[in-house]
Amino acid sequence: MIKNILKRYWVFLLLVVINVVLGLIFPEIGAKSLDITKRNVIEMLLVIPPIFVLLGLLDVWVDRSVMIKYIGKGSGLKGVLIAFLLGSAAAGPLYAAFPVAGVMLKKGSSLFNVFIFIGAWSTTKIPMLTFEAASLGLTYTLIRLGLSIVGILLIAVFAEKALSKEQQEQIYELNRDKE
Amino acid sequence: MTFTYVLYALALIGLMISFFKDKKKTKMSLKKAWKSFENILPQFLSILVIIGIVFAVLSPETITMLLGTDSGFLGVLGASLIGAITLIPGFVAFPLAAALLNNGAGYMQITAFIASLMMVGIVTLPLEIKTFGKKAAIIRNVSAYAFALIAALIIGVIL
Repeated sequence: MIKNILKRYWVFLLLVVINVVLGLIFPEIGAKSLDITKRNVIEMLLVIPPIFVLLGLLDVWVDRSVMIKYIGKGSGLKGVLIAFLLGSAAAGPLYAAFPVAGVMLKKGSSLFNVFIFIGAWSTTKIPMLTFEAASLGLTYTLIRLGLSIVGILLIAVFAEKALSKEQQEQIYELNRDKE
Repeated sequence: MTFTYVLYALALIGLMISFFKDKKKTKMSLKKAWKSFENILPQFLSILVIIGIVFAVLSPETITMLLGTDSGFLGVLGASLIGAITLIPGFVAFPLAAALLNNGAGYMQITAFIASLMMVGIVTLPLEIKTFGKKAAIIRNVSAYAFALIAALIIGVIL
């Protein structure tokens, strides 16, 4: 048990040690980094729980056949649109999107649509857009949004084309049920 | 921030409906939620500590200097690299970007920063590789980075 924890968390523990040593040599930097880490952890604990609860519900309640029908291979433009809207309706940092993408792949979403989903989650999240508009103005936000939509599509097309059939299969394999 | 509450409400309503329909399935979904969270936790905590150290060493003045007015293409490059490496939540990044603009930073540099910040994630790459494998994760990040530079150039020309 303890051995297992050490095996999984050794990088983290090493970093903590580095941080402590750094703090002993430069107390100011040490205190500051501790403060930043603390704030980030609190933010994460606030934002992440509902995302993972929804992910769990999605995993248990949504059947593979439903996922395939809506955003699987051959779902066409409708599938792309749904993936895009799903990503845009999200909140939280991009790293929270990867486990969700994993469940989508497990349930049979097409890889292209998952890339669209990731792209939308990263840049066209609706709450972020309102925030961007408030800070940088509506004109800027709309221009960037337009560019982003084109970019998301291009990146998804490119990423899918660059991966061979076997490599795509391997990605699905990575997300097959692990338990 | 308010959107987080919406997510909480959705999760809560979802849980209630799920519980009403099937207690066992609800328990299973919570177990899965915890498992996928615990699965990414080690990398996740490491990332947070790295960010803490990097930001403690890099002062805001240094960042402002790198993104400043006459920084030109080097500034764009620097801004995009900072964006690609760091992990700043949007509600911090946008006001920061606005403040930088008011202090004379260019739209081009700011866009390079924002676009790469949002789409490229170097410190979170280990998490991305877990879902997508090495090749796909690298392809996605490299093409997103290229896109950030192109978007910066276009916006720099337009605005």
